[in-house]
Amino acid sequence: MTDWQDHLIVVPVVLPLIAAATMLLLKEQRYGLKALISLLSLIALVGVAYTLLHQAAVGGPAGDDTARIYNLGAWSAPFGITLVADRLSTLMLALTATLAAGGLMFSYARWDRAGPRFHALYLLLVMGVNGAVLTGDLFNLFVFFEVMLAASYGLLLHGSGEKRVRAGLGYVAINLTASLFFLIGVSLIYGVTGALNMADIASKVASIPDPDRALFHIGCAILGVAFLVKAAAWPLGFWLPGAYAAASAPVAAVFAILSKVGVYVILRLATLLFSADAGVSEGFGNTWLLAAGVATVVFGAAGMVSARRLEGAAGYAVMVSSGTVLAIAGTTVPQAVGGALFYMSASTLAAGTLFLIAEILARGEDAAASPDDAVFDDEYDDPFAADDVHEVGRVLPASTAFLGGAFILAALVTVSLPPLAGFAGKLSIFVALLSGDGAMSPASWTLIGVLTLSSFAALIALTRFGVAGFWREDAVAPKVRSPEFLAIGGLVLCCLWLSAGAAAGLTYAEKTGEWLTSPKAYISAVLGDAE
Amino acid sequence: MELVLALGIGVLTAAGVWLLLRPRTFQVIIGLSLLGYAVNLFIFAMGRLRAGAPPVLKGEGPVNPAAYADPVPQALVLTAIVISFALTALFLVVLLTSRGITGSDHIDGREPGE
Repeated sequence: MTDWQDHLIVVPVVLPLIAAATMLLLKEQRYGLKALISLLSLIALVGVAYTLLHQAAVGGPAGDDTARIYNLGAWSAPFGITLVADRLSTLMLALTATLAAGGLMFSYARWDRAGPRFHALYLLLVMGVNGAVLTGDLFNLFVFFEVMLAASYGLLLHGSGEKRVRAGLGYVAINLTASLFFLIGVSLIYGVTGALNMADIASKVASIPDPDRALFHIGCAILGVAFLVKAAAWPLGFWLPGAYAAASAPVAAVFAILSKVGVYVILRLATLLFSADAGVSEGFGNTWLLAAGVATVVFGAAGMVSARRLEGAAGYAVMVSSGTVLAIAGTTVPQAVGGALFYMSASTLAAGTLFLIAEILARGEDAAASPDDAVFDDEYDDPFAADDVHEVGRVLPASTAFLGGAFILAALVTVSLPPLAGFAGKLSIFVALLSGDGAMSPASWTLIGVLTLSSFAALIALTRFGVAGFWREDAVAPKVRSPEFLAIGGLVLCCLWLSAGAAAGLTYAEKTGEWLTSPKAYISAVLGDAE
Repeated sequence: MELVLALGIGVLTAAGVWLLLRPRTFQVIIGLSLLGYAVNLFIFAMGRLRAGAPPVLKGEGPVNPAAYADPVPQALVLTAIVISFALTALFLVVLLTSRGITGSDHIDGREPGE
């Protein structure tokens, strides 16, 4: 492997940071240049993410699964901060880059000019997510989480207006509180193990003296609460549907990945710290994860049926998909984890698409920022005052057919009906649950029942929105501009691509599940082979 | 010293949680700040309490680590302070915007019963 390829791991963090910093130096009016910079950055990020994904799929020199390590400042673990690109993190990288590219493209039609500094915040959000999934250090994870959240506060308020400010107030308060839990958990774990590097902690779990073990478990549980808040698990996730529905469409689409970052960390830490090598701590918290996951799926499914607007239903769909992965993480069946990851990838893309479609359908009802509302002087004039002047791109024909088609495909993935990717993921979960060690256990049956019913609820809800949105007699064909066409079309194509390549995708995801359940390779890759 | 620190953290946390659950935005932000202080002290305590032990190595040659305090929690506290300060400032902006737009300092953006 050549030298420059080793540095690819740090690119998903450094590139958006540099691009965002550059854009802060540019005048607010230079939208074109900013749009170009962020577009080029995201295209590069997509390229890097898929290269890393490919490298993770190929594995080490001997063809075995391995994690690629990047020691920042050449300080080796456990003293320095390590970036780790393994199967799971590169999967998250690719998913983030894809969804972010779709959201950004959509924003070019008009949303990127609805308020100040959209592009910089957007890239910082992507940087935070990328850093959070790459880092192998618990405190560094906190820092990237805060980068991600700080950018998300700004983005949620993008476009201003009373609805967003109200939603933003609750969102910021909840996440600040969750961050405090994060800090308490990290410091307790550090107090017991004396380590912050995840692999280092994992290698010390088995040898924690018994009097300290309870403290370690408390620390992990408090840390888990922080991530469950971000993953919007029931009963910690009531903030999600309101906040996501209030956000502007491209922001809501990219927010679909934020809750998955919480899920990612839980999956990563649970498999790393409480693996079969963890001695007494093996499987700590699994029952709780399973219960929280099932409750989240039930709540999300009920929410989808009761939602009165499509963006609300899409928010609940995000919860259902988080809950599914959390519940499966609690079962620790490696093949099921694989299926759940595949399902998560597909359903996250589909939920993002649904947010975008919802905005186009609701267009005109949304009172964006009005200058009267501006509290601070450097806020904008109403960007949508003269629509035709400000909006970019040609209005395309056959918009109803296009939107309807995209809606059907996104809905099929969300509902997990054949022949699309959501179905392949769920089927693989069911097969694994029915054939593994815990087959026929009450937990497996509950999970299968709940997942099936949630699909059914999603079908009812989305059918209702489809009929109401597209089959009205008085329906005026919505205007779809070329950037929006590209964004929705691109995301739907990604869903189709996942479905067509389901065999390869599922193999990758299932190998990821196996890789996660045997963390020895991860630990020795991070800490070097000294141990 | 342990008792004083524990009491300090306890009182700050109790006051912070109570304020966090109050209905006015200003109370919420003060509550969050107090909780932040409590958490910072807590992180500090997780490096074990030592009197008269500096966290930074001095001089050259071999040193005895037992004579020094654990520097890692202190570095963590510093980071946590900076981040929570920045985010509190950001929350303050949201709070003022909300007050300006809705005309109410209630967390729901409207007075109860309206």
